[in-house]
Amino acid sequence: MFSLPVFLESFGPLIWAARYTLLISFLGIGLGLVIGALICAARLSPYIALRRFAAVWVSFLRGVPLLVQLLVFYYTLPVIGIDVPAFVAAVVTVGICASAYISEIWRGAIAALPKGQSEAATAIGMGPRDIWTRVILPQAVTMSLPALINELILLVKASSLVSVVGILEITRASQAQAATTFRPLEVYIAAACIYLAINLCLAVLGRYLEHRTAV
Amino acid sequence: MDFSIFQQYGPALLKGFANTILCWALGTVLGMALGLVIALIQRYAPRPVRWIVQAYIEIIRGTPFLVQLFVLYYGGPLIGLRLDALPAGLLGLTIYGSPYFAEIFRSGFRAVPHGQIEAARAIGMTEMTIVRRILLPLGLVSALPALINFSIILTKETVILSIITVPELMYQVNRMSTETFRYLEANLVLALFFWVLVETISRVGRRLETRITKHLIERT
Repeated sequence: MFSLPVFLESFGPLIWAARYTLLISFLGIGLGLVIGALICAARLSPYIALRRFAAVWVSFLRGVPLLVQLLVFYYTLPVIGIDVPAFVAAVVTVGICASAYISEIWRGAIAALPKGQSEAATAIGMGPRDIWTRVILPQAVTMSLPALINELILLVKASSLVSVVGILEITRASQAQAATTFRPLEVYIAAACIYLAINLCLAVLGRYLEHRTAV
Repeated sequence: MDFSIFQQYGPALLKGFANTILCWALGTVLGMALGLVIALIQRYAPRPVRWIVQAYIEIIRGTPFLVQLFVLYYGGPLIGLRLDALPAGLLGLTIYGSPYFAEIFRSGFRAVPHGQIEAARAIGMTEMTIVRRILLPLGLVSALPALINFSIILTKETVILSIITVPELMYQVNRMSTETFRYLEANLVLALFFWVLVETISRVGRRLETRITKHLIERT
């Protein structure tokens, strides 16, 4: 039967491990934002080679399951002579995977801006640089905030997969806890509760931003 | 790099792929069915029932698939739910997909013009007939692109089943790589395989989508 004391006791170590879930997710989205911006710029660039590269990048990373990407990355690095801790490899993989989705979010946000905006900016004599930094980007970034929060929620969930390459986060910690207590039901439900709490907080933040940014 | 292992392990890999397809197809169909039921409950059931269903949706969407599988497969036996890996994986995939499908159906239903339903009521159709003849056909068509899209996402989720030892493609690839120490080749080929698979399905899906919507535009 369901044992409440075991359930409550497993929160201690799992909440401790939650810091790594959060760390991986936030570093992952940070890296994803940087690479995603570059990929988005490449996709919108006038050079066909850059556009092709970005299209392949996005299609590959969105077509291959994250778990497979993690293992490919994890086993490729030693072969090409890069020796980094597993944690770094995991964060980089998560970030690269997120970059594909984030670049699409930004491309969508830029495409959703009315064309009249940049035409109006040109009409009042702004150069292309000013149009991008003062008209298009500020609006596109604001518009994309709710979608980015959504992506962050997806990353929190996806970060459970890095447990496979041995990184201690909520899922890995709950596996260890389940093995020592022999009560997988209570422990895994506790893990689910922590994920749920994190994601509900993020969802509330997302809804708040949606209200704030709605014009 | 040495790719000859793929020949040696061909039959096992094929069997794994068959299981992947089985899990994906059944998981998608069952998840869609459950999602449709949930969407109809959300629309017609009394408020307390709707709250319970809404809580279910939030819980499933707020937790990782892997943790759900662990609860089901490793936690299930403690409450008498003893399943083999494959059925557990199928059930897990069904449960995981259902709230996403439900949301897709819900927005599909919302896209049905209210006038159509009022007109049906005015000519004396019962609620059941309205659901069957008006809401479902019209709602399904507008939900189609999102349904295809999410089905494609589910193909990628099937690899997670390997962690609870469902003998699908990734499980077989992992076994192969631990027996031969060819981790890189095995996973690289698996990645390329999924890339091609997902690209192909999305192309077919897009074609299907344009065909159906074109048909509709011609009719209206």
